[in-house]
Amino acid sequence: MQIEEMRLDGNAAAGALREIFAQEMTVAIATCAGCGTASKIGALLEYGHAMGVILRCPGCDTAMLRFTRTAGWLRLDASGISYLMMPERGTPE
Amino acid sequence: MIRGANSDTRVIPDLVTSTQPRLEWRVATVVDAKQETARAYTLVLDVPQWPGHRSGQHVDVRLVAEDGYQAQRSYSIASAPEEGTVALTVERLEDGEVSPYLCDVLGVGDGVEVRGPIGGYFVWESNHAGQLLLVGGGSGIVPLMAMLRHHARADPAVRASAPVRMIYSARTRDDVIYREELERLAQGPDVDVTFTLTREAPAGWQGYRRRIDKEMLGAVGWPPSEMPRGFVCGPTPFVESVASLLVELGHDPARVRTERFGPTG
Repeated sequence: MQIEEMRLDGNAAAGALREIFAQEMTVAIATCAGCGTASKIGALLEYGHAMGVILRCPGCDTAMLRFTRTAGWLRLDASGISYLMMPERGTPE
Repeated sequence: MIRGANSDTRVIPDLVTSTQPRLEWRVATVVDAKQETARAYTLVLDVPQWPGHRSGQHVDVRLVAEDGYQAQRSYSIASAPEEGTVALTVERLEDGEVSPYLCDVLGVGDGVEVRGPIGGYFVWESNHAGQLLLVGGGSGIVPLMAMLRHHARADPAVRASAPVRMIYSARTRDDVIYREELERLAQGPDVDVTFTLTREAPAGWQGYRRRIDKEMLGAVGWPPSEMPRGFVCGPTPFVESVASLLVELGHDPARVRTERFGPTG
């Protein structure tokens, strides 16, 4: 399978992100720690693996958010996000 | 300056009230099932306590085997929010884990676990005035169909404020999902639907017969000067190609929203 066929986007991770953050996250805005580009989470590039999910910056490919499940633990590495803005109420466009 | 101890803790109640209902798995009941094309099936689900959805959102579907093995997929909702039920159009992938079960085994009256609605980025609502450009490839038509059905149920003045141009790329005419409904909707004053067939076209076919290219988007899409809202959905190579072409034509990347469909079913 081609790598580009494996690539989806942040929309595909919306259910898992909702479990972690308890709100709709595809409209949240994340700033990349690598290049400073601010993107809605829905527009990030998603690479799914058996182990978990990686969301990468569409500008520079930095791994912004990684999460995985291991027995009894949900692990989240958000070191690729320097700043995260989440809408407080509702789901603005 | 003396800061009150409460100044930091005060944010907590706000955060708590801002959280949305927990995303719970619920057992939905299939109330209708319909074969759309040789490979696409629509399941209409009645989901208990369904909070309503916005056009473009999806649900997660989970199958659990007797030994506990779980398989989970996301499927876009095809029905308009006004319809009350949740219609999923599923493309049957031969070697898939979930789609053959949904298409071949599940029937009216059966239950299936779903959670949702999910998503807020790839969403259009009829109060978003302005030209709408919908570009779908294959089963990527599904969330765009929800938008078009939502548009069709809006007041005439609202529809006129958000005229739609849709471009739908399919392999053959028989692979065009919702063809009759699309042809009917395209007869309305505010909806234009263009089909392009990439593999094989029947004799007398009047539409395009090639992959979507810049010339096609320029000819039947909205010009960039109209500042349309663009929604592009389909397989990853399709979406990335169309989105790049739209940006090359001068569309604002921030107004082109994309949703990539994966090859696992």
